[in-house]
Amino acid sequence: MSIRGRAYIAGAYEHPGRHLPDQSLMEIHARVCVGALADAGLTMTDVDAYFGAGDSPGLGPLSMMEYLGIGATYMDSTELGGSAYLAHVNHAAAAIAAGKCRVALVSLAGKPRTGGRPPGGGGGSSAPEADFENLWGNTVVSAYAMAARRHMHEYGTTSEQLAAIKVAASVHAQHNPDAMLQDVVTVSEVIESPLIADPLHRLDCCVITDGGGAVVVVSPEVAADLERHCVPVLGAGEAPKHTNNGRIDLTHTGAVWSGPLAFAEAGVSRNDVDYVSIYDSFTITVLQTLEDLGFCEKGKGGGFVSDGMLQAPDGGLPFNTDGGGLCNNHPGNRGGMTKIIEAVRQLRGEANPAVQVPDCEVALAHGTGGSLAGRMGSVTLIMGREI
Amino acid sequence: MSDDTPALPTNAPHPNEDSKPFWDAAAEGRFALQHCDDCDTVIWWPRALCPACSSFDLTWYDASGNGRVYSYTVVHRSVGGWNAVTPYVVAYVELDEGPRVMTNIVDCDPDAVSIDAPVRVVFHDTGEGWALPRFTLA
Repeated sequence: MSIRGRAYIAGAYEHPGRHLPDQSLMEIHARVCVGALADAGLTMTDVDAYFGAGDSPGLGPLSMMEYLGIGATYMDSTELGGSAYLAHVNHAAAAIAAGKCRVALVSLAGKPRTGGRPPGGGGGSSAPEADFENLWGNTVVSAYAMAARRHMHEYGTTSEQLAAIKVAASVHAQHNPDAMLQDVVTVSEVIESPLIADPLHRLDCCVITDGGGAVVVVSPEVAADLERHCVPVLGAGEAPKHTNNGRIDLTHTGAVWSGPLAFAEAGVSRNDVDYVSIYDSFTITVLQTLEDLGFCEKGKGGGFVSDGMLQAPDGGLPFNTDGGGLCNNHPGNRGGMTKIIEAVRQLRGEANPAVQVPDCEVALAHGTGGSLAGRMGSVTLIMGREI
Repeated sequence: MSDDTPALPTNAPHPNEDSKPFWDAAAEGRFALQHCDDCDTVIWWPRALCPACSSFDLTWYDASGNGRVYSYTVVHRSVGGWNAVTPYVVAYVELDEGPRVMTNIVDCDPDAVSIDAPVRVVFHDTGEGWALPRFTLA
């Protein structure tokens, strides 16, 4: 059984706020859920499945289902960090294909800009690896920096090449009035920004924002009754990667496994992909992911991302046209949801006109949860304009 | 125990049933590893079963304490008490026995660290009867 064409994304909504001290975490969830349902032409009473990850306050999905007033025949609290929401769409599509539900609601919310829980991707103090990874002053940035350092060592990747990824994101973000950072930056500005954890500079890092987003996944029958352009789910792949009994390899990600699964299920090739949303917690995240998805030869990502390859609308592989996590939004330190939402905009032809990819027929969204190339959950989701 | 005065925060671990033999050894200045009696796999981090063959027959032994830098970063901005000790080095060290372990490289100019540099373990007392294994350039 495949999910290809068995489920559609009918609604997508990104909270316009980037600093929301006066809205509770629950209210942000509620506003994006209502927003996504309204986008689809549905209401909360239509929902029969809810998907929430670790950012959903309370016991798994239960507290938010009560808060939102959802009665359901299906629920899922898969937690993979920032990639969880792509997994939720995959799981929702599978559940819909199996007849378990018809209208699935997936939501994300977070308030790291306001404060509270610090940014983090770790497994907490009860994780078996905790004492072996938490006592050394390792931060989210330093973990990704070690991956960048090793990639540079093995493949000759340079800071200038990583900076080109940020430049492309900033070129896109100038057209997004909601983006946290709307100024176009240069390679020099990235490299001259302060080092956070060598070799990653401040401008190699994503923004820290409050906010959230939601999507509504529906059955083909529900989609047929909606006026809104519903985006078919073509395929998805998921893969864990971990430290492999102490033989950690920091130069590749779980995308080497999730990508082929998604392409095979979708029945499309890399050449068919018109637009990609690539999780961009840091510039190195994008570079390793593009290599591991096969858009270029392993180790050649540095050259691939240079010379405007990623810049819409004319680059060979336009990416993150909302400005991505690097410039637009990284709500709750979890970038998977916004990756789906911008891919849906592109397939509907509703991206900002300056960055709308012409004739965008196939889009790929990829999420990285946890720590790049370390202990992570990779999810690749492929969607189409039509089927 | 090393005579070095640790400049870095040196917080006590929270040993559990799996990891207590490692931390007991570290408190005595030894870097202990588990070895699978059935398939010879060297295991990192501590656990009850061999992740390669699912055997529960594991034996602790003392590693050499020698290794090389697999990757590293010089941290310039951090969180909590670590912000007061920047720049410092976080690294993965590949032990001569195979596993790559996260640690700090200490007692050197951060700019002197490089990938493949040989390193040697030192132990920093946490003050509660435990010690953390860190590494110096050999």
